[in-house]
Amino acid sequence: MSEMATNKPATQDRRRPGTFRAALKRDLLLAFRNRRDLVNPLVFFLMVATLFPLGVSPEPTFLAELAPGLVWVAALLATLLSMDSLFRADYEDGTLEQALLSPQPLILVVLARVTAHWVMTGLPLTLMAPLLGLMLFLPSEGMPGLMLSLLLGTPTLSLIGAIGAALTVGLRKGGMLISLLVLPLYIPVLIFGSGAVQAAVTGLPLAGYLALLGAMLALGLVLAPLAIAAALRISVSG
Amino acid sequence: MAEKKWMPRWFYQLASPRWCYGITGKLLPIFAPLALALLLGGTVWALLFAPADYQQGNSFRIIYIHVPSAILAQSCYMLMAIAGAIGLIWKMKVADMVAKSCAPIGASMALLALATGAIWGKPTWGSWWVWDARLTSMLILLFLYFGIMALHAAIEDATTAAQSTAVLALVGLVNIPIIKYSVEWWNTLHQPATFKLTERPAMPAEMWVPLLVMVLGFYCFFAVTLMLRLRHEILGRERRSGWVRELVEQR
Repeated sequence: MSEMATNKPATQDRRRPGTFRAALKRDLLLAFRNRRDLVNPLVFFLMVATLFPLGVSPEPTFLAELAPGLVWVAALLATLLSMDSLFRADYEDGTLEQALLSPQPLILVVLARVTAHWVMTGLPLTLMAPLLGLMLFLPSEGMPGLMLSLLLGTPTLSLIGAIGAALTVGLRKGGMLISLLVLPLYIPVLIFGSGAVQAAVTGLPLAGYLALLGAMLALGLVLAPLAIAAALRISVSG
Repeated sequence: MAEKKWMPRWFYQLASPRWCYGITGKLLPIFAPLALALLLGGTVWALLFAPADYQQGNSFRIIYIHVPSAILAQSCYMLMAIAGAIGLIWKMKVADMVAKSCAPIGASMALLALATGAIWGKPTWGSWWVWDARLTSMLILLFLYFGIMALHAAIEDATTAAQSTAVLALVGLVNIPIIKYSVEWWNTLHQPATFKLTERPAMPAEMWVPLLVMVLGFYCFFAVTLMLRLRHEILGRERRSGWVRELVEQR
């Protein structure tokens, strides 16, 4: 109730859209200042895709068949790898505690954080995916499906991953645990994402897969910030 | 005062670990023989007296383990999530302990359902495993249980661990309707649900009545193991309180 006393309701309502914008601006600025972190998931994405032809078989027809799943698995692992650091720096320097204490709704701050994360990892991964498609001999008919499915799927991956990151932020060895918590929830996104690419390759309609990916994104956008905010409150206060 | 009465009294009483320890101590002698009788009776009935299937012969009899364990694995998850939510909202210690006790039981039930399904799949479908919607969503359920148990083990403080796992359990709840409707939404190899609330089962009564007995037996068995685990958990967490010391001194 103390926040109600300091902020007049009228001004608070006008400020709310500002919270998201200010938090997003701050997070993006911080991310752009540390460009090394931006590059790491992309390099990882590229390296994982290199492992498969060398480890399994360099045969073009064989790789073309596997390509939709391989690109999606690589994108999923790259997102997962970048998750551990999502809240860690803010947790260690106390910014996260300030965000929890501030009268602004934590959900918006968290949503801005995830949006910034997606702009720095999911979006570049989506833009880089055609290159991986070429490396793995994905037929050119599959490219639009690949990019569209990644465009709709990677934000969901960021949102789900942030729940795991929020739950483990106070723990020393969070990295391995995040994978355990988050991977089961990633499976549906993977199924429909790679399904969409496969459908695009064989010339089947994409709309059903994309609609399901969009539905998961809509559900995630509404519900995941609530879970992330609750998890952060538990992790930081505990 | 009238608005305070919307929750029944026993709900608040359950919040007290001591009262909960007492009531489970009284319920255990009822449920334990019931579970034993139902499971033994159901097994004998199912294996010796139920008629063999006209297509699958005797191999169908594994349904009497497979279906109850699969149902229980999902119910257990529901209970764990609901108990977790109660613990989050009302800060009830006993609810946290119930949620914690549910996870290993549910994980073993999910594992049992997957294992019996694989054994059943070999003679009827010709392979141990297919990447089918029902099987995959059930595997995800098992992974969710593993994740919840891992998170619980990683956090030292009991209250924080309970709250964190409750959030994770609530997030994982989206998987339950997917398991339930996977046989209707997708074209799967797995047959549709055996029991429905609105329709009579597709098999004759001589087959489904023993199955119902087994399901009830599994539920009673679940109640017994849950109460045992809960009592153990209560004693562990309340070991510094007076009534637990008195209890130990009496022994």
